[in-house]
Amino acid sequence: MDLLKTTQLSKSFGDTHAVDHVDFTVAAGEVLALIGSNGAGKTTLINLISGLIPPDSGRIDFQGADITRASIHHKIELGIARSFQLVNLFDQLTVQDNVTLAIFSREGRTRRLFSLADADTAVRDEAVVVLKQFGLDGRAGAPAGGLSQGERKLLDVAVAYALRPKLLFLDEPTSGVSTREKAPIMDIITQVVRSGGITAVIVEHDMDVVFTYCPRIVAMHQGSILADGTPDQIRSNAQVTANMLGTQTA
Amino acid sequence: MSAVGAAPRRMLAWSAPVLAALIVLPFLVPPWQTVLLSYGLVLAIAALGFNLLLGYTGLLSFGHSAYFGVGAYAVAFIVKYAKLESMEAFLLGGIVASGFVAALFGLLCVRYTKIFFGILTMALSQVLWSLAFKFFWVTGGSDGLRVPTPTLLGGLVRVGGDKQDFLSRGYYFYVLAVFVVAVAVMWVIVHSPFGKALQAIRDNETRAEFVGVQVWHYRWVAFVISGIFTGLAGALWVPLNGLTTPDILHWTFSGKMVFFTVLGGFQTFFGPVIGAIIFNYLENWAVGYTVYWQMVLGVVLVVLVLALPAGIVGTVKRMKVKAA
Amino acid sequence: MDIPTLVVHLLNALLYASVMFLIAGGLSLIYGVMRIVNLAHGNLYAFGAYVSAWAVGRALGTATEASLWMYALLPTGAVAAALLGAVLEPTLLRPLYRRAEEYQLLITFGLLLILEDVMRFVWGPYPLQASALYEALGSLTIGDSIYPTYNLVVVAVGGIAAAGLWAFVYRTSFGVVLRATSQNMRMASALGVNVNRVYVQAFTLGCFMAGLGGAVIMPQQGAVLGMGVDALILAFVVVVIGGLGSLEGALIGALMVGIVREAGITFFPEIELAVLYLMAAVVLFIRPAGILGRA
Repeated sequence: MDLLKTTQLSKSFGDTHAVDHVDFTVAAGEVLALIGSNGAGKTTLINLISGLIPPDSGRIDFQGADITRASIHHKIELGIARSFQLVNLFDQLTVQDNVTLAIFSREGRTRRLFSLADADTAVRDEAVVVLKQFGLDGRAGAPAGGLSQGERKLLDVAVAYALRPKLLFLDEPTSGVSTREKAPIMDIITQVVRSGGITAVIVEHDMDVVFTYCPRIVAMHQGSILADGTPDQIRSNAQVTANMLGTQTA
Repeated sequence: MSAVGAAPRRMLAWSAPVLAALIVLPFLVPPWQTVLLSYGLVLAIAALGFNLLLGYTGLLSFGHSAYFGVGAYAVAFIVKYAKLESMEAFLLGGIVASGFVAALFGLLCVRYTKIFFGILTMALSQVLWSLAFKFFWVTGGSDGLRVPTPTLLGGLVRVGGDKQDFLSRGYYFYVLAVFVVAVAVMWVIVHSPFGKALQAIRDNETRAEFVGVQVWHYRWVAFVISGIFTGLAGALWVPLNGLTTPDILHWTFSGKMVFFTVLGGFQTFFGPVIGAIIFNYLENWAVGYTVYWQMVLGVVLVVLVLALPAGIVGTVKRMKVKAA
Repeated sequence: MDIPTLVVHLLNALLYASVMFLIAGGLSLIYGVMRIVNLAHGNLYAFGAYVSAWAVGRALGTATEASLWMYALLPTGAVAAALLGAVLEPTLLRPLYRRAEEYQLLITFGLLLILEDVMRFVWGPYPLQASALYEALGSLTIGDSIYPTYNLVVVAVGGIAAAGLWAFVYRTSFGVVLRATSQNMRMASALGVNVNRVYVQAFTLGCFMAGLGGAVIMPQQGAVLGMGVDALILAFVVVVIGGLGSLEGALIGALMVGIVREAGITFFPEIELAVLYLMAAVVLFIRPAGILGRA
């Protein structure tokens, strides 16, 4: 059974078919890239699946259950998490608190008013482990707003990861980061994802990153899936190269 | 030093001498000063409640006079209809009544954006204010309702003959005790996982949702707690004042709460407390000087926003960080 | 209910709607272009009322009958409010555009407090009246009722303002600039629009409308302390219904508020205010952005 399956999923904004009757499946344990030019529908697809916006028509199934109209909260409970293209963090909280919050929420402890957050050593220790995995433990006490762009992108993913999701959507995890920093970030992300057995869908524009890290690539164009296959298959797909890659490939 | 112990230990370190000073004060200064400070402590409790919403949840309410007033009128109704004079009954009544009203108003208010939230809260408190006039046979209209001095601790402490004496001794210590409890409870709440969730909502509503925190629900709970603290303050205030009138339901009173919270600095825990106490003295002094009291508040507020957005406590904190 | 009575009620509703449109329209215009809500907006309405009351009062002196030329003094209120707005925007609001929304609300709230007391300081705690101006136009007979002619003037002013504003926003080149800036400030700026100037102009126009509302209703109601906040809250009800940022919404909202209020007063005088808030609450539940609002 597929972990995630969308059937004829559609969303339009006015006359624009942002997502046009998309059938998209993801198997458990996969790490795949979602590519396409701007406006292809990648972020909208993620927004639909993660629950930020409701679809116009179509169906989304997660582990066999229909989650088309489920709330964000419910989807997170089921194990779907996401990071954001434009970094979304709790800027005034410390780096560590950003992660502990995700853990508290996952454990249902955010309902607790009369216990001190800092006194929960189990949660704190787990947060430190997560930060170490992401190379952010040195910045644990700094306010999230004060980090560099690369650190913020990593923290954004770390917060989603701390929810221990089954399916993780990463929306352009290396955008806005210098080329030098991209590989280390992707190394960390793929390492974390693999060791956690997490299924990951990564939206990316940087084709070097895509071809290096993702064994499966799904290419979107104008709301539909254009191609779906291995890096070699995608590279040799004429439509994809025409629409997205340019005629010269590495 | 572990992160767990640092904050509470630091707080206890300098709050102990402050508390000691507060306890000793009535024996050192004339009674009217103690009564004046009682008013300040009452406003400080209201400030704690108000800032749970502003500083920690990012919601600026212009209608908190509603809960203060509900707390006060609940006390007056308990005197008028239940014929009770126990302070404990007053506090319970104030908490229940303001909690109920906050729960009701909160259902409407917390779904909306900052601007709508602000004006909606103001409008709702104005509705209550106008109801206080309309139902004058219940509320005493513009004359208000008198409230006699209560008995404390289930009748153990009563006013002897001199009301001033009672207020500056027995009642003051009662208010101080409630204040300490209120500070402790609020301190735990804002440092709890729930408190962190509120701050997350303040910082990034979308991400909070995507971390599994149901934003409007948490905002509602914060709204109710905030209302209860403010209502508690209202209940404590009435015996000091001897009388409750519609004035405390009017938006100008909400404005004072906004003002002293911003004055002290809404980004720190104790800022609003200090702001409330300073404001109390400021108001007491200035009212003798000028009738254009609102203008003074307005000008200071404008100056604060333009020059000192962190408020007094916040700015002091920043200066300390810079000097370190 | 017979026709003449219905007409009277309709006129009353339109009267109220006229004034509400001027105030709420100004608020919506400012929000639509600049994305700010001025909590002191109601006080600009009050300021307009006070200035024109004062001007007319000076002209009247001790006379009990008003001469027709005195009506020309009414717009002074609107102009004064506009000038005040032109001063306030660059000094108090511009520094805060980059900061969190709370600060905007706080500073305009401070402004509200200041203006309340400025008006008390300048004109005293008692209401200013210019009822001579209200009576000088006489009255019409509608059926069995006598209806003040001045009320029709107010309705006319409201209608002309709505039409004029529509023409201004949709038919002039400045209106194009205004709409462009409101839709996409950065883009407009990149295309060479002086956004700062557009902002102060939009703000001034919004304040002019509020001041005009105060000036035009002043002969009937006088200028009284506290009218500003009452107006602000009612304007809020209008924009909740019609949507914040939409002039058409302000018009529709104002009409609905006028009609509901008139109906409310006629049948249930006790709960007039509550009916309006109830209406706003219902709309907020169903459609948080209002009927024509932008999110």
